Amino acid sequence: MATTKRKRATTRADNQASSDDLLKYYREMLLIRRFEEKAGQLYGMGLIGGFCHLYIGQEAVVVGMQAAITGDDGVITSYRDHGHMLACGMDPAGVMAELTGREGGYSHGKGGSMHMFSKEKNFYGGHGIVGGQVSLGTGIAFNYKYRGQDRVCLTYLGDGAVNQGQVYESFNMAALWKLPVIYCIENNQYAMGTSAQRHSASPDLYERGSAYGIPGEQVDGMDVLAVKDAGERAVAHCREGKGPYILELKTYRYRGHSMSDPAKYRTKDELDKMRKEHDPIDMVKKLLIDGDIIDEAGLKDIDKDVKAEVAKAAEFAQNSPEPDVSELFTDILIDA
Amino acid sequence: MPIEVLMPALSPTMTEGTLAKWTVKEGDTVASGDVIAEIETDKATMEVEAVDEGTIGKIVIAEGTENVAVNAVIAYILEEDEDASALDNVSASSAPKADAAPAEAKEEEKAPASSSNAAPVAASGAIERAEQDPRAMSVMNATQDEKTYTSFKTQTVREALRDAMAEEMRADENVYVMGEEVAQYQGAYKVTQGLLDEFGDKRVVDTPITEHGFTGLATGSAFMGLKPVLEFMTFNFAMQAIDQIINSAAKTLYMSGGQLGCPIVFRGPNGAASRVGAQHSQCYASWYAHCPGLKVVAPWSAADAKGLLKAAIRDPNPIVFLENEILYGQSFEVPDDEDFVLPIGQAKIEREGTDVTIVAFSIMVGKALKAAEQLAEQGISAEVINLRTIRPLDVNTIVRSVMKTNRLVTCEEGWHFAGIGAEIASVIMEHAFDYLDAPVARVTGEDVPMPYAANLEVLALPQEQHIVDAAKAVCYR
Repeated sequence: MATTKRKRATTRADNQASSDDLLKYYREMLLIRRFEEKAGQLYGMGLIGGFCHLYIGQEAVVVGMQAAITGDDGVITSYRDHGHMLACGMDPAGVMAELTGREGGYSHGKGGSMHMFSKEKNFYGGHGIVGGQVSLGTGIAFNYKYRGQDRVCLTYLGDGAVNQGQVYESFNMAALWKLPVIYCIENNQYAMGTSAQRHSASPDLYERGSAYGIPGEQVDGMDVLAVKDAGERAVAHCREGKGPYILELKTYRYRGHSMSDPAKYRTKDELDKMRKEHDPIDMVKKLLIDGDIIDEAGLKDIDKDVKAEVAKAAEFAQNSPEPDVSELFTDILIDA
Repeated sequence: MPIEVLMPALSPTMTEGTLAKWTVKEGDTVASGDVIAEIETDKATMEVEAVDEGTIGKIVIAEGTENVAVNAVIAYILEEDEDASALDNVSASSAPKADAAPAEAKEEEKAPASSSNAAPVAASGAIERAEQDPRAMSVMNATQDEKTYTSFKTQTVREALRDAMAEEMRADENVYVMGEEVAQYQGAYKVTQGLLDEFGDKRVVDTPITEHGFTGLATGSAFMGLKPVLEFMTFNFAMQAIDQIINSAAKTLYMSGGQLGCPIVFRGPNGAASRVGAQHSQCYASWYAHCPGLKVVAPWSAADAKGLLKAAIRDPNPIVFLENEILYGQSFEVPDDEDFVLPIGQAKIEREGTDVTIVAFSIMVGKALKAAEQLAEQGISAEVINLRTIRPLDVNTIVRSVMKTNRLVTCEEGWHFAGIGAEIASVIMEHAFDYLDAPVARVTGEDVPMPYAANLEVLALPQEQHIVDAAKAVCYR
């Protein structure tokens, strides 16, 4: 029997990424960061309403995991979902327009920041109830197995969700029926404002599947290469028909839980230290520069390019009209 | 052009705040994400980060300024290739900007009057008025004559449900049955008897006792196009799973702008059985019927059970299918025809009458029919409507009947408060007020948790005699 838990060194991954890969990860992470900064700005201007949960700081998690799967695999997550959508290749303009509640948004403005989907990109939400996506994602994996498809479902959850009952109901069924699902626990160390020390009896969340024999690993979620490396091990496990796998990705969100959170539950030093010493984008930047893969001017070109893409998305999101009033009554039921 | 830094809103309700502190000064260079200022609201102090990189060209609002309007320019950032002269043209325009909120909903007047309860005054008749109600539209137009069948066989409700599942599983590989004890045990109430033998354990799946989890799992699989028929051992246990039924199955089509449908059937016994106490005896009809995105079906006879369950499995939407344990063993005539299926959203007039309309669903249909017999003996002609579907409600059939009888009694096992009878009474008031000769009467379960003691349980449940009494009351007899 395979070991049920494994705590791996959380240092840099030993595998070597190609130059092209590194540049790709850099660009993808930067796109998420710039997108989120712009979203924060539009929120401040009153163009985005309701709740807006930014992903800044956690970019290496989704970019690394996406690098470990193929476009046919499924992805599902909770409400801090903008990064996941961009990593899945969804159009930033369509995502931003959903944030502004416009017709050009992925859900025609009817879902908002927390409820967005792209069947085409195999992204299945965007779910607003903490933990709800875990059993749904397990069901997506059940579907893959039922149809005999060689696909896996990345099911993301936060450290806050790990204390929801249905998470364990899902772990049990996934292990029992050997479903190809990878539970990616994004441990950003705060369940809204409650730190992991205050919400979890055991701090090692990768062990949460041990009662069901689900292998788990703790990974440096600020290191895109370490994430990809662990992701590939998890995907291989699933594709071999061995059932679910748990990755605990230790990460950090720079912003508050949502826009109106001043984040007084943590110190400024803690945040500054993460930003200065563990920033996922800076880490790849250093690898690119140190490895002579690109120079500062080259990086600047990427930055400009990303900035232009985000500016274009923001412009689209502001110019796209509000949904037609007829949309109020559509998509409630499908005509039988 | 210098980049405007605007006073940010920290929540949709914030309109102004205090610019407490600048952490940069004019001439400082900033990068995206750098903290440049702190602002205060009545709730919190928050840091303002630069979104663009450049040099702080001008600070427009001094620190300590109170009541700074959201979206007012508080500073300018000069871009890389700009110098201070670029600010010459902008200082005049540093007054608070107009509200940048999206184009106001000027279309309001065009919006359909969805939530208005008032029926249009100009409409001439009750049916026309009902037809203009967007809530009823889909069913108002649907009424059609039910297909007639010549060959019948006698079946229990239990057998009819099983046959419906088996036939649909034969027809569509994507249909599977899941739940507690549905496979090896053959169903806690033997409704899934024989399915495991025919279809195997891939398509007839025993679950652990884990309602919340397996409901989410089945719902996720339905997003992917599988068609689960999910059995709850009783709907009382579905309370563990109601979050997934409502928040995921019912709402995702809307939230995804039509991308993700959810063809799933949630089925199992609902309401009281016999002597099982408060936690196993509740009727959930009004809970689920409250929610857009769901259809709610409640069969009475074996023919209802078979025809409606087949329709439910074929339907591309999430369906709550409320059965009744006491009915499982009762026998009825069922059309012996492979194509037999009943339309969802259409009620059936089980007995025609002229003096009073009795509307019922599930087990109450049987009680209503018996009550109608008693009433006939007393010279009152009762029309009995079997709702079959609770949502969408067949308003048309009820309104037409009340236009004829001018009196209405509703029957349900559930509690009266915000119950199905309350909804039907409202609908009739809205659409057939002028036709009523008496207030609508509701026959419901008593407003208590279900007692265990035999004598108390009988008192808590609506009985045939209650219907007779209510019908006589609305007829002033």
